[in-house]
Amino acid sequence: MILIRCPYCDEQRPEVEFVYAGEAHISRPQNPNLLSDDEWAEYLFIRKNARGVHYERWVHAHGCARYFNAARNTVTDKILMTYKTGEPKPSVEEIAEAAK
Amino acid sequence: MTTFRRQGRGRPRQEKTVRFSFDGKEYAGVEGDTLASALLANGVHLVGRSFKYHRPRGILSAGSEEANALVAFDRGPGRVTLNVRATTLDLYEGLTARSQNYWPSLKFDITEINDKFSALFPAGFYNKTFMWPKSFWDWVYEPFIRRAAGLGPAPSEPDPDHYTSAYDHCEVLIVGAGPAGIAAALAASESSARVIIADEQAEFGGSLLSMPEAAIDGAPAWQWLESGLETLRSRDNVTLLPRTTVFGYYHDNFLGLAQSLTDHMSEPDPKEPRECLHKVRAAKVILATGAIERPLVFADNDLPGIMLASSAQTYLNRYGVAVGDNAAIFTTHDSAYIAAFDLSDANIRIAAIIDARATVDTRLIEEAKKRGIEVRAESVVTGAVGRFRVKRIRVNRVLASGVSAPEMIDCDTLLVCGGWTPSVHLWSHSKGTLKWKSELGAYVPDRPNENVICVGACNGEFGLKRALETGASAGGGAARLLEVKEDCGWSGEVFGALPTDRNETRIKAFVDFQNDVTAKDIKLAVREGFKSIEHVKRYTTAGMATDQGKTSNLNGLQIASNALARPVEQVGLTTFRPPYTPTTFGVLAGAQSGDTFDVTRKTPIDPWAVSAGAVFEPVSLWRRARYFPQTGEDMYAAVARECKATRESLGIFDATTLGKVEVVGPDASEFMNRMYTNPWAKLGVGRCRYGLMLREDGYIMDDGVVGRLANDRFHVTTTTGGAPRVLSMMEDYLQTEWPDLDVWLTSITEQWAVIALNGPNARKLIEPFVDGIDLSQEAFPHMAAREGRICGIETRLFRVSFSGELGFEINVPAHYGLTIWRKLYEAGREFNITPYGTETMHVLRAEKGFIIVGQDTDGTVTPDDAGMSWAIGNKKLDFVGKRSLERPDIVANGRKQLVGLLTADPNFVLEEGAQIVASPGQAIPMKMVGHVTSSYWSETLGRSIAMALVKDGRSLEGESIYVPMPGATIEAKVGSTVFYDPEGERLNVI
Ligand SMILES: [Zn+2]
Repeated sequence: MILIRCPYCDEQRPEVEFVYAGEAHISRPQNPNLLSDDEWAEYLFIRKNARGVHYERWVHAHGCARYFNAARNTVTDKILMTYKTGEPKPSVEEIAEAAK
Repeated sequence: MTTFRRQGRGRPRQEKTVRFSFDGKEYAGVEGDTLASALLANGVHLVGRSFKYHRPRGILSAGSEEANALVAFDRGPGRVTLNVRATTLDLYEGLTARSQNYWPSLKFDITEINDKFSALFPAGFYNKTFMWPKSFWDWVYEPFIRRAAGLGPAPSEPDPDHYTSAYDHCEVLIVGAGPAGIAAALAASESSARVIIADEQAEFGGSLLSMPEAAIDGAPAWQWLESGLETLRSRDNVTLLPRTTVFGYYHDNFLGLAQSLTDHMSEPDPKEPRECLHKVRAAKVILATGAIERPLVFADNDLPGIMLASSAQTYLNRYGVAVGDNAAIFTTHDSAYIAAFDLSDANIRIAAIIDARATVDTRLIEEAKKRGIEVRAESVVTGAVGRFRVKRIRVNRVLASGVSAPEMIDCDTLLVCGGWTPSVHLWSHSKGTLKWKSELGAYVPDRPNENVICVGACNGEFGLKRALETGASAGGGAARLLEVKEDCGWSGEVFGALPTDRNETRIKAFVDFQNDVTAKDIKLAVREGFKSIEHVKRYTTAGMATDQGKTSNLNGLQIASNALARPVEQVGLTTFRPPYTPTTFGVLAGAQSGDTFDVTRKTPIDPWAVSAGAVFEPVSLWRRARYFPQTGEDMYAAVARECKATRESLGIFDATTLGKVEVVGPDASEFMNRMYTNPWAKLGVGRCRYGLMLREDGYIMDDGVVGRLANDRFHVTTTTGGAPRVLSMMEDYLQTEWPDLDVWLTSITEQWAVIALNGPNARKLIEPFVDGIDLSQEAFPHMAAREGRICGIETRLFRVSFSGELGFEINVPAHYGLTIWRKLYEAGREFNITPYGTETMHVLRAEKGFIIVGQDTDGTVTPDDAGMSWAIGNKKLDFVGKRSLERPDIVANGRKQLVGLLTADPNFVLEEGAQIVASPGQAIPMKMVGHVTSSYWSETLGRSIAMALVKDGRSLEGESIYVPMPGATIEAKVGSTVFYDPEGERLNVI
């Protein structure tokens, strides 16, 4: 059971309080009607499935109920850092720094 | 009776006699024994039969790695635990255990014939043999395998014991209370750090308990142990957990510990829990889990009397038990010599030490000479002879090519040692990496993935001195050099299968004792093309028994590596997974069994339903009344009566479980527009609308009636099961896609009780109780919503109908729910008010063709598939799922569409889930074109009705489709999903 720091509560809490919510930094297109079928399919279905650092969303379901972002190493299953929704995607270097 | 007790040997203890029973025979042991040591003290070596070949088996080890001595441990009715290791079972007065895997008796086992016909059971036997036909699995193969394999009969009664659990937190968790673990605990607890030290055994000390001669700083090691434990016990910051197995190591230093509390007690207090699950979060973990001795692989190496050398040493030095009178030793490692010397010093004859290595430490040879023990270097054991106990062994010299002619040596015990395997299981659970250390012939910890450190033998650091040093240093202790006296050399060589002069296809040299896997099986798997050890494991089942191959993995790996002619590190290592040793379901479940297994949500009206004799059903976590049978009624009779009464006069239904979300804020209507397919901007205050919600992929996710209570306030209802995911999806979009919208979402499911009244007399019933709302048809038409009061209590009153009758949903604050229900029920007697449950609700809605999301839809159904395009606001530019409705596969022909079905035989009620074909009499397999989603007897219509998803279903209107059922193929006609009152006139009863 991993530990996750909720960036809103600013507390490290056990995984049971959270629910995974898929890959992060995929914005819903402003006007879906303008997208081709392929573009829409890309938005809907295509995900990175990264080996290593993965940007993903979690929701503090049994806490503040806020959605936030996390960088997790999918090999070690370590959450490297978490940050608020809307904050820019951190670089690998920033993540490495935060993970220390 | 012969006794193998050796006076003056063993741990100091009060010699308190304990009587116990094994296989119905009474024996005496001594308090502090395990079942295994007590049996050995009585000269009993034969304790069971093997799993596949039913070969006689004895006691291999003295610890939790035991692969052979598995017994049924019987603590009374419902309290039989199967496959318990006799070596870990603490003896108590009256202990009862039985051997397993035989019929009719341990000494005469008919299934032993499996052994003689073992050519029929090669590697992959199960995969190869039980292939066809599939149906044979249920009634031929599986029963046969189960009976033959003798996994033992599971108890049929519920577990009468109870279990407890605790969350523990500490700075340092130490796993293993051998010398390394205790040294670590002493060092770590010098500060105020909270320290937990756990060991699976009853007594702390680990390998030290088998080393009476060792000395630390000039004093006997046992004295060091006593004072060390005394110190630990005196420190408030230390928790000592004996009989506690750390069975799993999970993320971020979260570990599972199963503590046995009462299994060792003769008469435990039934109020006390049997086991406790400690869920420990540790800042740092120190693994001091030791190492496991490896057997050697040669013909008939599974005979009772063949035992790990260090185990014989343990039985002697710890329990004061001689494992035989005349022991031979077969080894490839120095450590077995020390065992031989200990036994010899206790007047056990040592027949010979057979060492496969060419060169042996001269000091060991000297020590052997002193005791008159013959050492045969560069020799191997190529067979063991005996029926239920080894009588003699076959010994050959290793030559440049092959081996010499055999020579027979008499012995009643053969002690084997093929080197040592560090216990890296928990390290591997934690995803630490391993590296191959060829001089040890074993994998040792490499890079950690958690804040964890391995000390002593589990890190490949053998010997008492290294254990104490690495332990103390990991515990943060100053590096103080201890002076340690110990006898043991720690050098050895690793062999896989040993050389032999015998036809290898004719012998059984066991690698995995518990699963009866031989060296031959592993070689066969390699010949058949399996190259990865993970595949070899699954094909041969080596390492897949309940011991997870603790004694066998490395031998199997070595044999596979030899057969593949590839280095071991390239063949890999199978993955260790929790639990380290078998763990009871009871301790994992803890208090969550029976009524407390899961949350049961009950509505405020539930007590009334109980008193009215309702039959309940679970709907998500809710418990809902399914129907209210009267005397003599079954469900069908009750539902028919409830339906009739509702359609004719008045039914009352507890709809509290409906999910409810309040959507509030200046942008509430814009938010609703984006979340639901329907248009909301023009919905007037005081009006309701049926809302349909899609996922972004265009499929129906949920539905429910939404009332607009004010310009900026919507009372949204969801399906019972869908409430959490609907709120969660709303929050997701609001927080992450449209944070600019000023909207607040609040779950109000638990705040409002909902009483649904349906039937032509519904208005007549409530009219006298309602204040502040004009209920007339004109002022309060169908799909109206108002706030007012009922019986003096605030209410959100909706005029909606899920039955097709005049209907009201009365929302009242939850804690008034029961009172209002009772009042309405009493007043409703003049209208023959009839309580109904979910089953009648389903029938009434099906008669009207209203869908149930999750029953008539399955996550691949679009609004058009469900015939609900009318619910889509076509003028809206966007809503969740809109773009997907244009996806090529969603606009394509040939999709399954929801239709109504009427069976040709009106009395036949189709099976929900039944498959549908276009024409009868097709060759099997028939082409399936859909399935039945809802099917009921309609009392109102006097016939059966059904809904189904059928390929291009709406184009088949008026045509017949067929439902093949056992015994008959049922014909049904495709039609509208609305079976009753298609014009909806019944809604408008005045
Ligand atoms: Zn939070």
